[in-house]
Amino acid sequence: MSKGLKIVPREKAFYFFTSIGNYTGASALSLKEFMEKINEVNVKSLEFHLGRGDFEKWVSDVLQDTELAGDIRRLQKLNLSGEALRNQLFLTVSRRLKRLAV
Amino acid sequence: MRLQIPLKVKNNVAILDATDVRILQALQKNARQTYTVIGRQLGTAHSTVYDRIKKMEQHGIVKRYTALLDPEKTGVRNVMAMITVYTDPKVTEKVAQKLSEAVEALEVYTSLSEELQIMAKIVADTQESLHEFIANFVAPMPGVLRVRTSIVTKKFKEEQLSMLDLGKVNIYKRSI
Repeated sequence: MSKGLKIVPREKAFYFFTSIGNYTGASALSLKEFMEKINEVNVKSLEFHLGRGDFEKWVSDVLQDTELAGDIRRLQKLNLSGEALRNQLFLTVSRRLKRLAV
Repeated sequence: MRLQIPLKVKNNVAILDATDVRILQALQKNARQTYTVIGRQLGTAHSTVYDRIKKMEQHGIVKRYTALLDPEKTGVRNVMAMITVYTDPKVTEKVAQKLSEAVEALEVYTSLSEELQIMAKIVADTQESLHEFIANFVAPMPGVLRVRTSIVTKKFKEEQLSMLDLGKVNIYKRSI
């Protein structure tokens, strides 16, 4: 199965938090769902996880997509915040999904 | 043979007399006091104190004897947090039960205010391990809708409700 279509078990899903221990209720079981949630969650959650390297770690360890993990790591270095971060992260993930679908 | 004092039970709840309550008050002040010392305070024979304490232990009124530690003086650094877990009402009991099994959870309660929720006191070594516990154990439980966490920064009071306090509660009720 393509990495883009891989669905992980519930215990390996990505859970979106806005700060330490504050779970938003949003989670993603696949890269496609992850992309959709990027557009929906509070932008604070994106800032929180990107700053901690959580996205990169989940994509690398759970989805085993080192290429996308590298793209996210480079995005982290741009120090984006707010909607600019949301847009760039969405773009990065959606581009990767398109490549995987080919 | 010593005369056993039966404990009266009504609707599965033990009925304590004044002597039982005074013995419990003495134990809550200092559980290491001897039966003789407690008996002397109450003007009762130490054998009576012994019998009544054993009875209350057998009935689970006295659950256990423990040491009240001051974490700051032990030098053990940890993080304490109060969490509120919002769940699908159909699984609240199940989530609360599962949460109760975790060593990180010191206290777990359910509450119905505006919506059914679980409240718990959690301890962890660090803020990161607290986050990992919530992210890897609490959030993945089926039916968990969201979690609100407040990290404790300073403790002003921590006591267990005692027989002495129950008396105070009644006084407050009367004065309202």
